[in-house]
Amino acid sequence: MKGAQRVASYYVLPSLVFVLLFSLYPIFESFRLSFYRLILALPWLGQRFVGWENYGDLVTDPVAMQSLGTTLLFVAVTAPLEVVLGLSMALVLNESFRGRALLRAIVLVPWAIPTVVSSQMWRFIFNDRYGLINFFLFGEATHLYLAPLAEPDLAVLAIMTADIWKTSSFAALIILAGLQTIPDELYEAASIDGASAWQKFHHITLPLLKPALLLALLFRTIDALRVFDLVFVMTQGGPADATNVLQFYGYKKTFAEGMIGYGSAIAVVVFFLSLVLSLLYIRLLGARILERSER
Amino acid sequence: MSRKALQPLWWVVIGGFSLVPFLWFVLTSWKSPAQITAIPPEIVPEFHWGFYDSALRNYGLLRYIRNSAIVATLTTLISILIGSLAAYALTRFRLSWTRFYLMLLLAISMFPQIAIAGPVWRILNTLGWLNTYQGIVAAYIALSLPLAVWILATFFKELPYEVEEAALVDGCTWVQALWKIVLPLAAPGLFTASILVFIHVWNEFFFALLILTNPALQTLPVGIALFPGEYTMPWGEIAAASTIATLPLIVLTLIFQRRIVRGLSAGAIKG
Repeated sequence: MKGAQRVASYYVLPSLVFVLLFSLYPIFESFRLSFYRLILALPWLGQRFVGWENYGDLVTDPVAMQSLGTTLLFVAVTAPLEVVLGLSMALVLNESFRGRALLRAIVLVPWAIPTVVSSQMWRFIFNDRYGLINFFLFGEATHLYLAPLAEPDLAVLAIMTADIWKTSSFAALIILAGLQTIPDELYEAASIDGASAWQKFHHITLPLLKPALLLALLFRTIDALRVFDLVFVMTQGGPADATNVLQFYGYKKTFAEGMIGYGSAIAVVVFFLSLVLSLLYIRLLGARILERSER
Repeated sequence: MSRKALQPLWWVVIGGFSLVPFLWFVLTSWKSPAQITAIPPEIVPEFHWGFYDSALRNYGLLRYIRNSAIVATLTTLISILIGSLAAYALTRFRLSWTRFYLMLLLAISMFPQIAIAGPVWRILNTLGWLNTYQGIVAAYIALSLPLAVWILATFFKELPYEVEEAALVDGCTWVQALWKIVLPLAAPGLFTASILVFIHVWNEFFFALLILTNPALQTLPVGIALFPGEYTMPWGEIAAASTIATLPLIVLTLIFQRRIVRGLSAGAIKG
């Protein structure tokens, strides 16, 4: 089908133009620039090829290394917790009870809220003088009140809390879709054989849910790696760089300090971190979708 | 305890977890200034609309809403148009490269924003498109296309080929087949994809922050993130603006919950 070949390319072309210009070219350009020294504040230095120097600087930059550590910690804590919470919610939402449709819609609310809004909301809840968290912890003993966003460890905990609240529902959705594909007959047969609820969960639900759980975990991992909005609004990377995650650090270096070359090197590192996970994710999801289409 | 007896508990735990923090913020927007800082916290607001008034008058809330509406609507329309053309071709013609292109789009949707932000900024700067609607919309179209194409492709795949083939045999062109037969059948898919793209764009912050530095053009997320106030935060106004920014999304979600869930689990590609 020569005609089909041509028609197909016409149809795809408009999307390709945008993708090439605003996604693919920029990735290659970031790569290229990461091998140059280019500082906007010092235009007279021009654009000088420096090889791996930016990457060398990155390894010896204590803030960058701390930032990498914070990012990985953030991912390692939030993604698994979100999947566990998502699984618990999905199990409940898969039961039949009155008003299930409404509860399913309500669970989507945190997902629908703009991240910037939920960041401000949590910033208010964590407020050092009249935040709800302080009231729950210390009641009216205001002299004990903490300033969570001004203490390094607590600030990390605060952005983790905000992220878990906002995105667990997305994990729940993916897992719920997985739960709905498990045939009821399996549970009925198990009941006849006298299996307990835990045995059914352990021997039927969990094994059959594995692909969905993995998908949710990978997705949350990739997304947590690029956390930015929460940090920008709640802490600006502080206090003392405690919440300065990679994507925020890259943004600061590139756009606030105009260190294009160095910023690009950070960008490339974040890119590779997520690429490894994305490839895994694409193999899983892609295989699933393509299977369905070969009919 | 029987499972039935646990039902109210589920409602309280899951419903409470999902709603209470935001509800607290909404209530804050209706409180009086004294109520906001009260210890112990006062739950029931005085339903005072002063903060909405102030957000509109002193903080340009209306401008942010207008900018967000323009940017999100334009992006949604264009990316659904372009995306449905692509999704149609990718599902109808089994060619060697269509599979690769779908995978490429999926990969792109995973890119961390910072990995492309610098060059995107430079391209728009070269075009003179920083601080313009066309600049932010062009970038957003590229960002939404993977989401749009994947959701549309999963919907298009389920449409029967036979009707369309019959039309082609009867002398319809490919374009006519798409416009007259596939699109009406695919309307639910187009609608679902539109809602998801709209929500995604309405909420986007990173690129809006970089591309729109002129307050006259900034969208709601930028406005809310950069709410001025170094020493005392105007929490009442922030809560009021946040409530207004979120209201359309909550309405969409409550009405179209089923579609959204279906679209998200079909595409499962974007938070």
